[in-house]
Amino acid sequence: MTDWTVSRRLVLAGSGALAATPAWAQGTVRRGGTLQVAYNTEQRNLNSAMVASNAVFLVASKIIEPLAEMTYDGSGLSPRLATGWEASADGLSVTFQLRRGVKWHDGRDFTSADVQYSALEVWRRLSNFGRIVFRDLVGVDTPDTHTAVLRFSRPTPAQLIWNALPDLTAVLPRHLYEGTDVAQNPRNQAPIGTGPFRLGENRAGQFVVLDRNPDYWDSPKPYLDRIVFRVMPDKGAIAAAHEAGELQLSCFSSVPLADLKRLAGVPALEVVNRGYEGSTYHALIELNLRNPILADVRVRRAIHHALDLPRVVRDVFDGHGTVGTGPVPTTSRLFYTADTPRYGFDVARANALLDEAGHRRGANGMRFSLKLVPAPWFDYTVLLGEYLRQALRQVGIDCQPQRFDAPGHLQAIYRDHQFDIATGSPVFRNDPAISTTILYRTGTPPGVPWSNQYGYASQAMDQLLDQAAGELDPARRVAHYHRFQQLAMEDLPVIPAVEFTFLTVASRRLRNHSNLPRWAMSNWADLWLDS
Amino acid sequence: MAGSPGTGSRGLGSFLAAAWPVIRRRLLLALPVLLLVACGTFGLLHLAPGDAVDAMVIAGGGGDAALASELRARYGLDQPLLVQLSLYLLRLLQFDFGVSPVHNRPVLALITERLPISLLLMLTATAFAVSLGVVLGVSAAAAAGRWRDRLILAAALVIYAMPSFWVGLMLILVFAVTLGWLPVGGFETAASGLSGMARVLDIARHLILPTLALALLFVSVHLRLMRAGMLDLAGADFVRMARAKGVPRRRVLWAHLARNAVLPVIAMVGVQASTLLGGAVVIESVFSLPGLGRLAYDSVVARDLATLMGLVVVSAVIVLTVTLVVDLVMAALDPRVRLR
Repeated sequence: MTDWTVSRRLVLAGSGALAATPAWAQGTVRRGGTLQVAYNTEQRNLNSAMVASNAVFLVASKIIEPLAEMTYDGSGLSPRLATGWEASADGLSVTFQLRRGVKWHDGRDFTSADVQYSALEVWRRLSNFGRIVFRDLVGVDTPDTHTAVLRFSRPTPAQLIWNALPDLTAVLPRHLYEGTDVAQNPRNQAPIGTGPFRLGENRAGQFVVLDRNPDYWDSPKPYLDRIVFRVMPDKGAIAAAHEAGELQLSCFSSVPLADLKRLAGVPALEVVNRGYEGSTYHALIELNLRNPILADVRVRRAIHHALDLPRVVRDVFDGHGTVGTGPVPTTSRLFYTADTPRYGFDVARANALLDEAGHRRGANGMRFSLKLVPAPWFDYTVLLGEYLRQALRQVGIDCQPQRFDAPGHLQAIYRDHQFDIATGSPVFRNDPAISTTILYRTGTPPGVPWSNQYGYASQAMDQLLDQAAGELDPARRVAHYHRFQQLAMEDLPVIPAVEFTFLTVASRRLRNHSNLPRWAMSNWADLWLDS
Repeated sequence: MAGSPGTGSRGLGSFLAAAWPVIRRRLLLALPVLLLVACGTFGLLHLAPGDAVDAMVIAGGGGDAALASELRARYGLDQPLLVQLSLYLLRLLQFDFGVSPVHNRPVLALITERLPISLLLMLTATAFAVSLGVVLGVSAAAAAGRWRDRLILAAALVIYAMPSFWVGLMLILVFAVTLGWLPVGGFETAASGLSGMARVLDIARHLILPTLALALLFVSVHLRLMRAGMLDLAGADFVRMARAKGVPRRRVLWAHLARNAVLPVIAMVGVQASTLLGGAVVIESVFSLPGLGRLAYDSVVARDLATLMGLVVVSAVIVLTVTLVVDLVMAALDPRVRLR
């Protein structure tokens, strides 16, 4: 196939089979056709190098490509714009071999200068999570047109860089961005990339059309002629459009939970829960440790004991979830450890712990009252708040719910700390250092969403996280993060209650879907429609 | 035609000439109203917790503090409130609605591309609601107390009690999913390549269900107003006079009774213009129509002050215009109505 080489020293578990041969025979693929996809969170900025969010990726990942994509097998990475990658032993540089013969949609050649520009001007400056991963990036050398060497001022774990490749390394065309204000560049609304599809008509509020890129480097892909993303803000209408056969695909659980069972019974449709493992969410219970009652770890453990999480998975998540065991989800094969303290459903134990902490039941049977703020992000986070209110009542904790819309919630929890107990939904981005450890480390100023605004401060935790952040050896780095999961569950500043991903509703005519861990955010070059 | 109002003796030109001072005064009065509306919206939106940058950070899945403060500085959100407000009003006076930080486009462009869709829906729904409401109202009044009257009133009550989003979903379920006659939603077939008459028909097909869903509620309001007006007037002198003269029954019904009873219905249309603009948001969501209502809703969620202010100003202009037009129509239909 190609001449790419992967440094097996650094990429763990490299059991070959990276370029997995397709399971279908080439002869059976039906080319052509238009795929109609529901698009219920319309985005104006389609620059995925700047905004690494699922809603942007859904459309932009077909147009703009990263250096590598996540896979189920082998090292977990498959090459895209990079064909090989290797890190220096001192952790101060990583070298990427870039794919040859790749053209931008406007006909120009893709070269190392594009990677250099994207890394220096976009990833490390403007990307919300790139700013964390590429914090110490000081320069990018381009010894030839198809080699890029990223240089760091401080040793940076190569493992972290590899894990960030799928989400945080989308490459932008230098010739269209250089010398402009990237954030205001009109190409953010009409991106030019190297991907299998080109942006066609984009009518705000109605639809976005992607047309087949006949010059795609991975010929004969893509198989589809056209993808139409139809802007449909109402989930009920998406379910109806599936039933009427007007849509062949909707991703990210964009039909009402109540309609899923009915849709699963429609012979022409299938409901799939694969293809989202690369962006696993936690339904998180956040506690404000500034409240002296919650500062006592016994109270926090009692709250965990009071929760019947298997029941929550069954009733709130309709079975589409897993009981959480720590800050890293089970879907992370590399970092997950099951060896963490557990606090199973045990009302008697919860009551005993609360008594021990000195919170006796009052005349009305209640011990104390908490302000409960459920997050508006998902049906799940709202329903989990409702469950908390009921479950904590059983052990004598009275919850007073208060609800905000999305910006209001951010301000109440992460800036003003106006809560005692809240629900949230952080996403695990393939490496704890990207968006998970920030939930536990001290030092994040107020106002940063999805960070430790819980008043949790532990020297042991901070030291452990700093040690892990500077650890170059992949095995030792993993060991540090195992210890991190254990300490997080001992101290229990937040309760990772349930892990969940999303569901896809697809027409049975659709082939090759849900075949990657971040499939909805991948390029869909191999997707095809059967007759 | 004793007592029957009419304008036959006056031409449209002379009528407008007589009404011009009123129109001019109304336009001048509209300015302070618009200013109050703009200030009120600005204040209300700032009472809500969180700003546009918070909403952007949510859309991006997170971000650090430095990035957020850079964004705030870029959009002038770090300025004191009064400075922000006066800057905005100053620009508004120059008919500059500003640029939406969320959409990264001029607000005027955002609004003008959606305005036709909202106005079209408003017009079709109003036309449908008024014509059906009047016909049913007259028909019910003509059969007052008999089974036809009761049937119409009962149906009106049932429709009135149904929330419009539910009516919308049911219409979709029946006509799009089960029967497959009409599309589930959207303004037109996406990227169909249609043009000319074919495109007009395509858009019309897409608008049938949303128009029905939006209009049904108003049909029941109009028909009840119409029926009540007709019955009120049934004993009036000019009606008895007409009957005594031997004017045919049908002519009494339409030319004498209906012409007078329709006045409150037209007044109601003026009141409903604002409801239609604001209330269409649910219908626009259910039917995936990119109208002003949905833009307003999205702007509130995204704390997109620039777009929201632009929308409020445009909506206020529309409502003031409709009110003025309705007043003029009333005066034209009924000489007893004095324009002031």
